[in-house]
Amino acid sequence: MLDSDGEILGSSVVRTGIDLPSATQTAISDALAAAGVKDKDAEGIRIVSTGFGRKNVSRADASKTEIACHARGCYSFYPEAITVVDIGGQDSKVIRLDASGRRLHFKMNRKCAAGTGAFLEEIASRLDMSLDELNGHAAAADSETTIGSYCTVFAATEILARIRAGADLASIVRGVFSSVVNRILEMAPLEGKVVLTGGVVAHNPFLVKMIAKRVEGSVVVPPEPQLTGALGAALFARDEPRD
Amino acid sequence: MAEKKEGRIRIEAGKQMKKLMADHFYELDEAARTGKRKVAWCTSVGPAELLRGMGFLVYFPENHGAVLGATRAAMDYIPVANAAGYSPEICSYLTSDWGAFLKGETPLSKIYKGIESVPKADVLVYNTNQCRDVKDWLACYAREWKVPLIGVETYRGVGEVTGTHVEGIAYQIEELVPTLEEVSGEKLDMDRLKEAVRLSRECSELWKKVLDTAQAVPAPITFFDGTIHMGPAVVARGTQEAVDYYNLLLPELEKRVEGGVQAVPDERYRLYWEGMPIWGKLREFSTQFFELKTNVVASTYCNSWIFTALDPDDPFRSMARAYIELFIVRDDRQKEKYITKMMEDFKCDGIIFHDAKTCPNNSNSRYGMPQRLAAETGMRTLTIDGDLNDMRCVSDEQVQTQIEAFVEQLAEVTA
Ligand code: SF4
Repeated sequence: MLDSDGEILGSSVVRTGIDLPSATQTAISDALAAAGVKDKDAEGIRIVSTGFGRKNVSRADASKTEIACHARGCYSFYPEAITVVDIGGQDSKVIRLDASGRRLHFKMNRKCAAGTGAFLEEIASRLDMSLDELNGHAAAADSETTIGSYCTVFAATEILARIRAGADLASIVRGVFSSVVNRILEMAPLEGKVVLTGGVVAHNPFLVKMIAKRVEGSVVVPPEPQLTGALGAALFARDEPRD
Repeated sequence: MAEKKEGRIRIEAGKQMKKLMADHFYELDEAARTGKRKVAWCTSVGPAELLRGMGFLVYFPENHGAVLGATRAAMDYIPVANAAGYSPEICSYLTSDWGAFLKGETPLSKIYKGIESVPKADVLVYNTNQCRDVKDWLACYAREWKVPLIGVETYRGVGEVTGTHVEGIAYQIEELVPTLEEVSGEKLDMDRLKEAVRLSRECSELWKKVLDTAQAVPAPITFFDGTIHMGPAVVARGTQEAVDYYNLLLPELEKRVEGGVQAVPDERYRLYWEGMPIWGKLREFSTQFFELKTNVVASTYCNSWIFTALDPDDPFRSMARAYIELFIVRDDRQKEKYITKMMEDFKCDGIIFHDAKTCPNNSNSRYGMPQRLAAETGMRTLTIDGDLNDMRCVSDEQVQTQIEAFVEQLAEVTA
């Protein structure tokens, strides 16, 4: 939630679960509460929805794709030609912006979980650890086990084979991170300044370091990267008249 | 996605087209059941003119593939063929069609009462100018029915079409004649062949004019209309009925252009579709573009049934030239030139490449073409992953998000 100057007044992150309408309602109410606004006073507030469920938010005045919103959110922090890389739970995208913030090109990952948060979730569960633990292991590793497969299920099988062969856990997790980085680098050239967003980056700072090592330009992460898409949506809501 | 029909304007000629298609299938069905006329199966750019000129009724399995896709029956049959050893990675026209045959079913039965199966062939004729799959596909039936499988092995990746190309293919087409005479029991009648070539040429010219009406801004038809109204050009080229149909459709569209009638109301953006249609989702995509006020005005696909090189005075060589000049047979340089010209002629704002999982032959994004075109011409490109018939390869949400984002992007750059 923003004021007309673009200052962030409140935000909220809610797991969508299976009840999209109630999840969006909770997210909106929580964000309003964080901004100190009562739900009943929210009448005049413009709402733009984004992401996979964007068409199902009944209170929204308009919707924009997450591609538009991540681009907009990142550009608000870095108003220059940038390459935005959003590593989301379901998909990943690379978006190229020119110096005036216009999208030149975007690319989404192909139809599978490779290179997304879903891949990390699956692997964490196979390794019997929570998602939060992955980062620590990857950072602590002094070697890396190669995970070659594109496919999440085959990668999991590959990991089991590595465990049987005696590879150490940290080195496996480092290999898993590397796999995510490889999938991202295969999507499109990461040119110029690279801005990383999305929940995966927010929770796994070591992944950022690994990407930075593999690209030529600088790599930056905006504050609260899991909110960049929402910020972009809010900026659209502020600037655009109701549909 | 909601199915909004408001604002869509029905094409009146469509009723006549339905009749033409019904007549086509009933005629084939009767011929196959009674043996009164011989039936030839022919791939889309097989020598249909020759077959018609020799008195065969012609059936096009790819058209059946499209029916399987558009009715979504394909999803019942692809797994059957997969289980029989035909990989999910090969042409899903082939797998859906062969799976349906293995199950003894066809969606034609639901559309045309009384038809129980595809018409049994007396001869199977292919042209590999598009892919090897068509030959493998017809080979399934050749083994099953023990009927001759003959065809033309075309050069692929052709740059400039040369006399050598034309002579080579013309020779191969002529070589088909003895077998066809044997099957039909009749000698080739050159006058009849010339007439079929003349009618096919006339059909091509009319069909091209139909598609070219979409050069008007705003356009009177969409790519989605094209995929339906191309039916007669696909199944009846070389007949008077196809010519009559486009003589009916063309004036209706020209009238639309004169009256400023828009197929997509408030047309804001114009796109080019490169690659196969996603048959199982035509309605969803056409609705999405409609809601985005974006018209897909041109495509390689619909233009692939234009054979203007046909010349009744030189049937064999002109057939050869017409089949080789086609987009799908050409090298990337020629394809890029073609697309660039089409984008200009149809005043397109961007191009969508459909990377069809099971048809590499119609997926032109795989060797860097979108990137080259973008760098050379500034063209705005989007590549989506999908398939013609295998809907397991299509992620609705992802594709629709990408299309929506592409249109948002066009709005930004054209603002
Ligand atoms: S060109 Fe593609 S869709 Fe057509 S028959 Fe060949 S593989 Fe199938």
